[in-house]
Amino acid sequence: MHYESPVRQPLILGDKSYNQITEDVVRPIENPAPRSWWMVFSIALVMFLWGVGCLAYTVGTGIGVWGLNKTVGWAWDITNFVWWVGIGHAGTLISAVLLLFRQRWRMAINRSAEAMTIFSVIQAGLFPVFHMGRVWMAYWVLPIPNQFGSLWVNFNSPLLWDVFAISTYLSVSVVFWYVGLIPDFAMVRDRAVNPVQKHIYKILSFGWGGKAKAWQRFEEVSLVLAGLATPLVLSVHTIVSMDFATSVIPGWHTTIFPPYFVAGAIFSGFAMVQTLLLIVRKVFKMEDYITVQHIEMMNIVIMVTGSIVGVAYITELFIAWYSGVEYEQYAFLNRATGPYWWAYWSMMTCNVFSPQFMWFKKLRTNLVFTFVISIVVNIGMWFERFVIIVTSLHRDYLPSSWSMFSPSFVDVGIFVGTIGFFFVLFLLYARTFPVIAQAELKTILKTSGEAQKKHHSDHGAHH
Amino acid sequence: MAHTTEPTPVVRALYHDDDVLISAVKEIRAAGYKITEVYTPFPVHGLDKAMGLKETRIAMAAFMYGLLGLTVAVTLTWYMMISDWPQNIGGKPNYNWGMNMPAFVPILFELTVFFAAHLMVWTYLVINGLYPGADAQNPDPRTTDDYFMVELPAADGLMDVLKKSGAVEIAEA
Repeated sequence: MHYESPVRQPLILGDKSYNQITEDVVRPIENPAPRSWWMVFSIALVMFLWGVGCLAYTVGTGIGVWGLNKTVGWAWDITNFVWWVGIGHAGTLISAVLLLFRQRWRMAINRSAEAMTIFSVIQAGLFPVFHMGRVWMAYWVLPIPNQFGSLWVNFNSPLLWDVFAISTYLSVSVVFWYVGLIPDFAMVRDRAVNPVQKHIYKILSFGWGGKAKAWQRFEEVSLVLAGLATPLVLSVHTIVSMDFATSVIPGWHTTIFPPYFVAGAIFSGFAMVQTLLLIVRKVFKMEDYITVQHIEMMNIVIMVTGSIVGVAYITELFIAWYSGVEYEQYAFLNRATGPYWWAYWSMMTCNVFSPQFMWFKKLRTNLVFTFVISIVVNIGMWFERFVIIVTSLHRDYLPSSWSMFSPSFVDVGIFVGTIGFFFVLFLLYARTFPVIAQAELKTILKTSGEAQKKHHSDHGAHH
Repeated sequence: MAHTTEPTPVVRALYHDDDVLISAVKEIRAAGYKITEVYTPFPVHGLDKAMGLKETRIAMAAFMYGLLGLTVAVTLTWYMMISDWPQNIGGKPNYNWGMNMPAFVPILFELTVFFAAHLMVWTYLVINGLYPGADAQNPDPRTTDDYFMVELPAADGLMDVLKKSGAVEIAEA
């Protein structure tokens, strides 16, 4: 007989049938957008357009319009790049790693988390491309025959590894996401009444019919993609960290970077998933699917990864002292007490201190508190990258070239623009795509639905 | 010529529950009828076994694609960095590919994953006949919501078996 621990809470609340899940998932697609959607969308669009303007100004004039100087050659652009890539880690972690671990609570949130991944990696990709200055020569990073020899790309360089890592990650995430979307698009297609809508979803659903053999392959493909995406997601931020770790800048030249960056990425990614899903579940009335239990689970992940990040910070400090290298020692002393002390302590407060509240069940099941913390964590993670990048660069070996960095309005504008672009994409997604992987979710209704579970345990008592 | 042989009529039975579907599939096959297709709104666990479907070999295909990606990466790095235009980059030894290999590990890994994932998904789409704009493969739109359909060629005595197996709707086409 099937036995399940009484600790297992239902993952789908209320008395749902398969049809009810369908209805709940398509509701945002089939109904007109609420006013609040239009309001948020307009704000995001304005931010996005402002960013486009700033990018156009950068391309037209040159990256001299940014706040960079001879000493600080990397600043907001790379900070934002690493920040966005980091956020992009949670989606694949939820859909791939949790699939391998057979964590069924992932099913209600993996679709949106993957969407978030894709949209944030798109933002990340913009920064290195525009930092090239002459963006029309961006294709030079690809290993293609050219007129200079051929002079090939340098496969010894972490920057090129990054090109391969980010593009593989983005494209594999898109494919993983889309494979899961096909059956759900078919569901929307089969219900659509409006001919235009029906036609669009017909194109998107690739003719999916739910044949038994197709499902068998679907499950195998999902499993293999999860198996491929798991090391991939770990490799991406590892390689991003190598952009720094393989250099000889004090504060960057550390072997702890790969695991520390990966933990930080998962940390910030889950925080962004929280921010988005707390809004989505409220606006689209998905409280029965994205339950408080889901939120709590993610808060636990945030607490654990936040603590890992905290240990990494302390290890860095210890190793700087223990190494006996005075440049390294100064780099960390300067971080904590130098002119950018406020950035360092914002980072410490937001990333190490704030997630510790999640030890308390009352707090980690409190939605308002969770929302606040999720934003605090992302601010903290932005500061982490800023601290690593700018404070390490602004005072290195040669005191005569020490300087400070302050962003120009273009730096700020582009960053604001990517936030706008991200939300434009996410809001469009939320109105047109099934935000919950309904086909997958239906597979756990009988085992994890509230009514079904209750029915099960009542019957169990009679035997 | 084409008009001389009538195509065998197809019977389509709808079920409203996945557990009923599984037992129905077993009953139908036990009664000696051959099921051509089953359409379901979600992956029903154990259905492939109940239908007697062979295991899919797509994971093996992905492995092969991964090996291909690895080979491409080795060739690419060897040709560009060792053979065609070797350079002294940060003093990294590049007398032969093996010496320089540690610096290529990220590229080898990424291209292996890239090839395995993308070619597997292309294979998946092609063998399932999925492409943008294709006509829906399911004959009844309800099978992507909450109905399950068994499709099989009409035969004597089939209707009774289907009715007994718990079908909520049976149609002949």
